[in-house]
Amino acid sequence: MRYVKSFAWLMAIALVATLGAGAFAQDAPEAEAKAATAAADPIKIGAVFAITGKAAWLGAPEANVVKMMVEDINAKGGIHGRPVEVIVKDDQADETASRNAVGELLRENVVAIVGPSTSGCSMAVAPMCEEEGVPLVSCAALAKIVEGREWVFKTPQRDDHVVERIYDYVKEKGMTKVALMSSTDGFGAGGRATLQAKAPEYGLEIVADETYDPKDTDMTAQLTKIKAAAPDAIVNWTIAPAQSIVLKNAKQLGVEAQIFQSHGFGNYQYLAAAGDAAEGVIFPAGRILAAKDLPDDNPQKALLVDLTEKYEAKYNDKMSTFAGHAYDALQLVFEACQNKEPDRQDIRDYIEERQGFVGTGGVFNFSPEDHTGLQKDSLEMLTVKDGQFTTLAK
Amino acid sequence: MGHHFQTADLMQYLLSGVALGSIYAMVAIGFNIIYNATGIVNLAQGEFVMLGGMVTVWAHNRLSLPVAAAVLVAVVSVALIGIAFERLAIRPVRKPTVLTLVIITIAGSFVFRGAALLVWGRSLSWMEPFLGEAPVHLLGARITRQHILVFFTLIVVAFALMFFFGYTIAGKSMRACSYNRTAARLVGINDRTMVMLAFALSAGIGALAGAVVVPISYMEYDNGAMFGLKGFAAAVFGGLGHNPAAVVAGILLGIIESLSAGFISSDYKDAIALGVLLLVLFVRPRGLFGRTDLGRLTEF
Repeated sequence: MRYVKSFAWLMAIALVATLGAGAFAQDAPEAEAKAATAAADPIKIGAVFAITGKAAWLGAPEANVVKMMVEDINAKGGIHGRPVEVIVKDDQADETASRNAVGELLRENVVAIVGPSTSGCSMAVAPMCEEEGVPLVSCAALAKIVEGREWVFKTPQRDDHVVERIYDYVKEKGMTKVALMSSTDGFGAGGRATLQAKAPEYGLEIVADETYDPKDTDMTAQLTKIKAAAPDAIVNWTIAPAQSIVLKNAKQLGVEAQIFQSHGFGNYQYLAAAGDAAEGVIFPAGRILAAKDLPDDNPQKALLVDLTEKYEAKYNDKMSTFAGHAYDALQLVFEACQNKEPDRQDIRDYIEERQGFVGTGGVFNFSPEDHTGLQKDSLEMLTVKDGQFTTLAK
Repeated sequence: MGHHFQTADLMQYLLSGVALGSIYAMVAIGFNIIYNATGIVNLAQGEFVMLGGMVTVWAHNRLSLPVAAAVLVAVVSVALIGIAFERLAIRPVRKPTVLTLVIITIAGSFVFRGAALLVWGRSLSWMEPFLGEAPVHLLGARITRQHILVFFTLIVVAFALMFFFGYTIAGKSMRACSYNRTAARLVGINDRTMVMLAFALSAGIGALAGAVVVPISYMEYDNGAMFGLKGFAAAVFGGLGHNPAAVVAGILLGIIESLSAGFISSDYKDAIALGVLLLVLFVRPRGLFGRTDLGRLTEF
């Protein structure tokens, strides 16, 4: 007993010493800011990302960028003198886990939630946030997530805009026959439905419509069927790494149609995994992947270049579009807290009225009717050249 | 949709199916070996495949080992993991019932998956195909050399096992144990060692499957479950414990999947493949080739 007690004392002294030393080690103004913020209650914000599991590709960079932003803002003294605490939950891209995570965050009384990463999970938790009256800024693309909802926003470009950009290009090139490939998850199914619905508007004929499981290892059967249907263009819609296999299989089969990918292709690892097979693939995406290729007068350029440098230096990893979506979502919440009170209603109202917000996904103009705030022009047509993403030459 | 039937397409579906099925078959063989030795289904089998792929890529890309050496490193290290798993998790169980052991293997699969996540993170592991990218034209179909390599690996594994179980003392002892464990012990066979050997073999074959498939399918820490599921389906389809049957059933399963994607609908390819499996099990609960009268390891 005596030993336990003295050990506890020892630990306590060690702890105080460490903390003290830490505080003195800080630069003076920063230490002051810390001391000031430490006294106040933290502003609690929730985050739900697919950090592990089948969509870890999205969630891991999202969680990284959020961590970086929280460190930054607290180093600058927090918001209204209060430190910011972002409670990050991992939903593994599983709808049930996502609902549980949001439930826990609501019990923690967060003022807003950013995420989830995937469309499926976002659809699953949106009604909860709607009912509870807590702003949700989703990082998933499906347009339906925000439709008819008061408390739900999202930062990625809408998937119907992506479809329109692809179809605009297809039509411009005089192609008429399109084949669809999509994964059977929420993102793939949503994109597939939009691709099907919009084809008649553009006078396009869908000659094949194939799907695959995100964990499938071989898509030659689907592509053989597509090849037999002789399309001019193939649109491959997924966020799964399997999209790289689709490209490799297409090359193996000697498929000649122009291949388009969704904005879910915006990840350097997918590109590297597909190797040569990715050359010449066209896809619409936010400008973050081709930040350096942008003209200097582009309003987003400064932010994109700066964020990319910071992120890549900190995590020794390539910047991804998805980290950008999380940046936009959390930055909107930060701004709302800074300009109004860190209160659920205020945050919601602020975001809904926000015009001209320069984010990674584009320049956002929110309105009560538009909780995405982005137009078609927020997307840039990108292609792959010599293993790099670059803007498509006209 | 009017699908124009062409022989070349049919060949493509068949060959793609064979390549796909070869992987299922190799996983199924892994299930069988442990089933024969212990009577349990090792639900961590898919994780052995995942680990095999991960280690191969790591050894090749990070340690710059040549492909053959990387594959060897993967097979040996995963076989050792298999032995450790048996020693540390299966053997110490005080009252081993089939159910307890199966649940332990589920726990094992979580541990392996978690360990892979810790070691390699969430990034996708991939490497160049062993024999180059260029596809081969075969009977009007186009297939990669790697797919052909997967098929030949399966054939080599199948014959090697046939030799092992038919002509070596260790193999014969394992068979003896699976027929009648008590009798095998009475003639001086150490059944414990045989169980350990079964885990090593099965992990090693799983790892080999992972190694040859990784240039085609890539590998992530959580890919094991899919391989495990399809491999288990193939093992049951053929008749659990029966290795030549697993080869046929695995390939058949791959072909059914590929043909349903090609001629019916890719939406339902997995459902159709598993539906056929269910049908077979209704009619022949022992699987396509399962026999009641003979011991388990009769053929290999």
